[in-house]
Amino acid sequence: MANIISDATIEYVGILAKLALSEEEKERAKKDMGEMLDYIDKLNELDTSAVEPMPHLFAENNVFREDVVTNGDGSKDTLANAPEQTGGGIRVPRTIADETAETGRTGGESA
Amino acid sequence: MGKQYETVIGLEVHVELATKTKIFCGCSTAFGGAPNTHTCPVCTGMPGALPVLNRQVVEYAIAVGLATNCEITKNCKFDRKNYFYPDNPQNYQISQLYLPICRNGRVEIETEQGCRKDIGIHEIHMEEDAGKLIHDEWEGCSFVDFNRSGVPLIEIVSEPDMRSAEEVIAYLEKLRLMIQYLGASDCKLQEGSMRADVNLSVREAGAKELGTRTEMKNLNSFRAIARAIENEKNRQIDIMEAGGTVVQETRRWDDLKEYSFAMRSKEDAKDYRYFPDPDLAPLRIDDAWIAKIKAQEPEFRTEKMARYQAEYGLPLYDAEILTGTKRLADLFEATAAICGKPKKVSNWLMGETMRLCKEREMDADEIRFSPENLAGLIALTEAGTINSSVAKEVFEHVFAEDVDPERYVEEKGLKTVHDEGALRSTVEQVLKNNPKSVEDYRNGKEKAIGFLVGQTMKLMKGKANPGMVNEILRELLSK
Repeated sequence: MANIISDATIEYVGILAKLALSEEEKERAKKDMGEMLDYIDKLNELDTSAVEPMPHLFAENNVFREDVVTNGDGSKDTLANAPEQTGGGIRVPRTIADETAETGRTGGESA
Repeated sequence: MGKQYETVIGLEVHVELATKTKIFCGCSTAFGGAPNTHTCPVCTGMPGALPVLNRQVVEYAIAVGLATNCEITKNCKFDRKNYFYPDNPQNYQISQLYLPICRNGRVEIETEQGCRKDIGIHEIHMEEDAGKLIHDEWEGCSFVDFNRSGVPLIEIVSEPDMRSAEEVIAYLEKLRLMIQYLGASDCKLQEGSMRADVNLSVREAGAKELGTRTEMKNLNSFRAIARAIENEKNRQIDIMEAGGTVVQETRRWDDLKEYSFAMRSKEDAKDYRYFPDPDLAPLRIDDAWIAKIKAQEPEFRTEKMARYQAEYGLPLYDAEILTGTKRLADLFEATAAICGKPKKVSNWLMGETMRLCKEREMDADEIRFSPENLAGLIALTEAGTINSSVAKEVFEHVFAEDVDPERYVEEKGLKTVHDEGALRSTVEQVLKNNPKSVEDYRNGKEKAIGFLVGQTMKLMKGKANPGMVNEILRELLSK
């Protein structure tokens, strides 16, 4: 195996994926990820210097919808996937730890 | 404090586009629906759902790009930005990292000192909005509403070219007005259809290197933005003065408490592992499409101001105020077209309308009365059906409830009394009741006539024709 995944990398990836891994799982993940990278490295064996980057699998461009409302009230199906709900909203653990959590209508932590 | 500091500010402005549907599905974007009613498998990130791009989103993004002097990226595509948060159902946001649709633009602002200054636009990219989280203080939990999930946004990223809160506000106002005129968004800060994140750093005056910046979120009004900038500038200077170093972090502004706090913990590293979205076909934007959008570009403020002076004969001052918000400009043009009295329309909008907005702490955007009813009111005053003080009273009802002024005047019996007999007998009574004022007037105290006019108006409940009252008074007093 050419790619060795360090303990620090596994720790970091675990944080990004929000996973708490046991020591055993970490070792297994290190091995799996190393093998995946080895596999991908095969691509580097080819000379692609003369090949245009491929932005998409198909040669298709400009696939559009027109701006027309086609969907009705989807709340029933959406809420069917929610483990817990109240008043039409999906109930989740509190997301802001600070005492000054927002309660207003502009909400959201969108990027 | 011996050292001089310079504040360096760049802005990330998110604007919700005014499309009828979301960016990748046919769900409505209407504001204020019951939670999760505007949702489908695409905007809730169900496995196997296929996003399809809304053409109008691309057209609005190009239009804003052209208005801000950007280059349009002819081959562009979407990327996935990966992060975990309950408002993000796919666990990634579809955005544009590598090939944003617009790049290298600029917006000209006017600074406090009246100087012109260019603010660079680094890029504008298209992306989807996240859902909305409502936090329950009592239950200690949050609720997710995905109605906003998938609402189209453009993010306008400026260069760090601003140096003060005033420049930031000037830039935002310019941007907002431009986008409103384009019809690409209503840009309401309070409702979140325009949101600004402020990147701010401080450096010693004359320094070449930028200091460490922080990013400030949750700024819901121009006032909050100005206060947050002042506060963050001082916080960073205090840290530097105390020999400390500013930490790069995202902070959240609390406008009630007038302070900010660090938002994300170290656990939430900013590593979004972007990669191209395989579900969405790339875009090829050709010159013909750009030219078509350019040709549809509306009149912006500068051209409008010139036209208002030339076509309607308005003073520069009027033109400046009327074009300052799209709502006022639209109202002005529609009303002037109906009644053909542009200066009268301008006076009502700049005078009573602005006064009532100020009194009720409303933005011009929130004005609800129709051009027909303002035109109707102007017609009534022009015809002498009502006098100016009654007109102001009626206007308050037009402003608040958009009443039909003609019907209102009829119902309330507010028509001006032109009946000379009725006016004459009222004036005679007033003269009889106020012998002192009559004497004062005859002894050369010209001012006394004002009091007598007032008394007559009072008896006539404000509905007398003031010109006729004046005439009759002078006639009787000279006898």
